[in-house]
Amino acid sequence: MSVFYFKTRLNLVEMLGIRVSNVPDLLEQIRQVPGSSIYHHTHRFLQQHNYLCPEPPNDFAFWISNALGLDDLGEQLASVDTIKFVKINDLRDAFSVIIEKYLQRNPDKKVQCHEGEEFHFMSCRTFVFATDHQAADTAEFIRALRLISINSLYYHIFESRLRLGKVGNDFSQWFEAIGRKKLAEAIARLDPYTITLEGLRKKIIKSVEEYAAN
Amino acid sequence: MLQIKDYTDIVGQNVIDELAMLSRQLQGKRIQNINSTAVGGGVAEILTRMLPLLHELGVDARWDVIRGDEKFFAITKKMHNALHGVSETIGAEDLEYFLEVNERNVAEMDLNCDIHFIHDPQPIGLVRERPRVGGKWIWRCHIDFTDPDQKLWEFLKGFIEMYDAAVFSAPAFARSLPIRQALISPSIDPLSDKNKELPQEFIDAVFQKYGIDQKRPVVCQISRFDYLKDPVGVIEAYKLAKEHVDCQLVLAGGGAVDDPEGMRVLADVRQAAENDPDIFVLFLPPAADLEINALQRGSTIVLQKSLKEGFGLTVAEALWKAKPVIATAVGGIQLQITHKYSGILTHSIEGTGFWIKQLLNEPEYARKLGVNGREHIKNNYLIFRHLRDYLLLFLSVFETKDVVFYG
Repeated sequence: MSVFYFKTRLNLVEMLGIRVSNVPDLLEQIRQVPGSSIYHHTHRFLQQHNYLCPEPPNDFAFWISNALGLDDLGEQLASVDTIKFVKINDLRDAFSVIIEKYLQRNPDKKVQCHEGEEFHFMSCRTFVFATDHQAADTAEFIRALRLISINSLYYHIFESRLRLGKVGNDFSQWFEAIGRKKLAEAIARLDPYTITLEGLRKKIIKSVEEYAAN
Repeated sequence: MLQIKDYTDIVGQNVIDELAMLSRQLQGKRIQNINSTAVGGGVAEILTRMLPLLHELGVDARWDVIRGDEKFFAITKKMHNALHGVSETIGAEDLEYFLEVNERNVAEMDLNCDIHFIHDPQPIGLVRERPRVGGKWIWRCHIDFTDPDQKLWEFLKGFIEMYDAAVFSAPAFARSLPIRQALISPSIDPLSDKNKELPQEFIDAVFQKYGIDQKRPVVCQISRFDYLKDPVGVIEAYKLAKEHVDCQLVLAGGGAVDDPEGMRVLADVRQAAENDPDIFVLFLPPAADLEINALQRGSTIVLQKSLKEGFGLTVAEALWKAKPVIATAVGGIQLQITHKYSGILTHSIEGTGFWIKQLLNEPEYARKLGVNGREHIKNNYLIFRHLRDYLLLFLSVFETKDVVFYG
């Protein structure tokens, strides 16, 4: 029998000591910083502002709009569909291409941010731990999902997929393994980037309850 | 003394469980904190709160203080100022004596432990003992490193590079270094006098004591009387707003009576406030934490119009009380407020005046900012996040990978 073991993760934020104050410099760094930095700047808001709805966009978009006042470019970067990417480098390329095209269209637009509002490149180190929660069927899964921390939910949905290079999220993979294919697909279809983590927890529980009843 | 269980209702059992899980990974590791003072100052305050909590979690942590004479501390005071960008003359003799005192402490201190956690520049030179005593070494910088004196920075850098990791409080303080740099922001204690819940009668009594009308909107700024906190700019912003909305202004803070600059600022503020009975300038004694708490809780809007700021914990204190905050986009304030989501960030007196009007006219939006702000502080700037980051930091120096698995 396949048992789902819930894990959790905690992050330590690190700084790369790199700061930029305009779009060309931002692009140059996006191209070369470690993948963990791209991951951090596209997921930080999800972790730090998990109560906000609507959620602020990724750090690049937020900085471009708020510190440089380039709303058009900020909007384009905010609309990058992160859920579609399974590799950090592909996500990095998506941001790079948008900024490159913008700079080609606006070669004379040289905007600098105010002093003190520079973009600081950071990254994160992730520490993954086993928890006491486990599930052997959907009923146990729902029970555990109500109890696990936000960090555990975050790990199985976001970290596991994009950071550890798995194909889908951990929950969908397990549902598939226990023969709940439709449920697996339903969970995989969710866009977790547009829901608060608590909202996501409720949605998953609702889906599992509905599918388990059928 | 406060215990971990006292915080459970605030942070939730999951957070406590995660701390216990982290602590288990540190079993058998001895951690030694070293700084330069046992009482007074931010570092001593943090360690006084942290150590009992670490012990309760089963972490073998201890705290030692280096000894120095008047000459040593006069030099480190100059270093402190120079690191904040103030022009100071620090000669080769000063630096030599600084290192001599560090060396003297080595002889008197037991450095037998697994992690040496060195706080601020005063004991930074102890790391020269690393080849002899071994263990991991972490340097924790608590001060504003935005614009350090270059010569002094080069001197300190030689030591910092001998550590396994450095820790700074805000992204702007990070430097180009060959070692890992962690971002660990300061935190507030939700159960301290400055932040704990207060009975409404106490808040009412404080407002009555100073003659502030609770039936009318109150805008306040809590900070010491310092030019960098721009209290005169606050008065100008208030006056701009008051052309269109009714409000009162409270400027409250402390300062040392033997600090001539602070007294000059206070005099300027009193002059700028003259003839306006709706401006309350309150020079508070050092032990006024409960009154500060009450003033923040009773205010409609809290301002922090700093021209320069290290981290700005008064912002976290106000947000924790679910107050709408308007603050300048400087230093660590930008970590605490996401503009228009969890507060308002401004760049000028005019902008501050504009947002005072907006928030007084749109109380529902202001309320939402306050609610979001409190959540943000709860998730990111309470003492338990600080404790968790320290535990992760201690684990991190034994690992090299970006993703580490336990259990």
